[in-house]
Amino acid sequence: MVYDIWTVFWRDWLVLKRRIGRFILSRMVSPVLYLVAFGWGLGRSIQVNQGSYLDFIVPGIIALNSMNISFNSVGSPLNMSRLYHKTLEEYLIAPIASSSFVIGKVLSGALRGLISSVIIIALAYLFGAHALINSWFLLTLVLNCLVFASMAFVAAMVMNSHEDMANFNTYILLPMSFLCATFFVPDHLPTLMRLIIELLPLTHASYALRAIALGGDVPKLSLLVMLVYSISFTGIGIWLLEKVRE
Amino acid sequence: MIQIEGFSKSFGERVAVDNLSLRIAKGEIFGLLGPNGAGKTTTIRVLTMLTRPTTGKIIIDGSEASQDEKHIKAVIGVVPQHFNLDIDLTPRENLELHGRLHHMLPEVRKKRIEELLKYVELDDRANDMVQKFSGGMKRRLMIARALLHQPKVLFLDEPTVGLDPQVRRRLWDLIRRLKNQGLTVLLTTHYIEEAENLCQRVAIMEKGKLIAMDSPIAICRRFGEYVVEWSDDKGTKTKFFPDRNSASSFATTLTTTTTLRQANLEDAFVELTGRKVVN
Repeated sequence: MVYDIWTVFWRDWLVLKRRIGRFILSRMVSPVLYLVAFGWGLGRSIQVNQGSYLDFIVPGIIALNSMNISFNSVGSPLNMSRLYHKTLEEYLIAPIASSSFVIGKVLSGALRGLISSVIIIALAYLFGAHALINSWFLLTLVLNCLVFASMAFVAAMVMNSHEDMANFNTYILLPMSFLCATFFVPDHLPTLMRLIIELLPLTHASYALRAIALGGDVPKLSLLVMLVYSISFTGIGIWLLEKVRE
Repeated sequence: MIQIEGFSKSFGERVAVDNLSLRIAKGEIFGLLGPNGAGKTTTIRVLTMLTRPTTGKIIIDGSEASQDEKHIKAVIGVVPQHFNLDIDLTPRENLELHGRLHHMLPEVRKKRIEELLKYVELDDRANDMVQKFSGGMKRRLMIARALLHQPKVLFLDEPTVGLDPQVRRRLWDLIRRLKNQGLTVLLTTHYIEEAENLCQRVAIMEKGKLIAMDSPIAICRRFGEYVVEWSDDKGTKTKFFPDRNSASSFATTLTTTTTLRQANLEDAFVELTGRKVVN
């Protein structure tokens, strides 16, 4: 099982290694834009909880960026491999367990999310942000990557065209990246909207990353919520992969 | 080696394969023929564990599919109809991925990859990207991949579609050589001459049902050894005759251009399925 997970992961690593330069460069674009627009531009005139707005949004940007990268590293390629290239069949024909394939894919998506997060953390320091990066911070980040890599697996197995996959991005990920406590605290929103937002996994990632980065208590409940999300999505992913054969 | 008993597969209301039973012996090349939509690919997908049967029993190399899928997966090699190589990898990496998925030991894997790259004559292109390969090269690489883990049964779904005649003949030679090494081969095709050339036995499927199963020669002769073919305003017609004399005396009664020849598998196929296969 561990060997099969490693095989699935190894293939993705091989492909990533070949494109690592391009991967890193392209991953720098959107965080730099966020940091310039919201940190330098808009942020100069905003004070949040006696801190600078830049320090406030860096954890939010890390949360939304690791979400996007983890999701898109798994979602589109897997969807294409299932529908167009049919390379998924190579794994379905092989004598490996469905769970090995799911876990391997989720881990490789999470790795890409983590690499891009390291890039943002480095950029944020260059922009003059202050954040406390400790092992709780890393744990939260890893959990967030796992949540969205496994969610992407589920989406890729359910969506039956490349276009639907893009729509999933537009209708689910894009609203989350703006609403889930990334750029502002959703305390002043209408109650119903706030309750929905508080159910979403990215909200917990932003809260937890921000609390830890600013030196506060570790919100263990948020970490637990993210853990439950990632285990559930992984489980659904395994179930869907089994169902493909029906 | 392969045993299918009462296998059916439905997709919702549509029945793709209806109560199919057959046995294929070790070392046999068995052909599955039929017009488009006859259920050949569905049969292959079920035999290669990509789809589960609605009812029926599948036994390959002594293991029943519903009990021991992993054993079956380990002893079969599959060349699907569509190109499903990983285009982000080189040929060598494609093979290495396959070897890892089949738990081959690194030394064995490396040796076998080099052997097979030579065997399918791709050793000089082993580090190029697969994306740049021609159809024939991709097909050869897929065959190398299917053989890498030394399977006991090889499934080939339309292996020579879209290939040049030379490449196709080379593939036939390869398949015959594999059979001589004891491999069991099940192939689907709608090139009739391919089945005639390669297979010891063929089964003809139509609308999900098995309508004939025998050696190609026996199927050819089923309706008569000779055929007279002629055209009239309604299209091409054929008529079977048991011997040459009766065929030629019939031919003299026709006023149009006629052809008198030995019956081939295509004649029998058309007679059985009632429609001409379009190549």
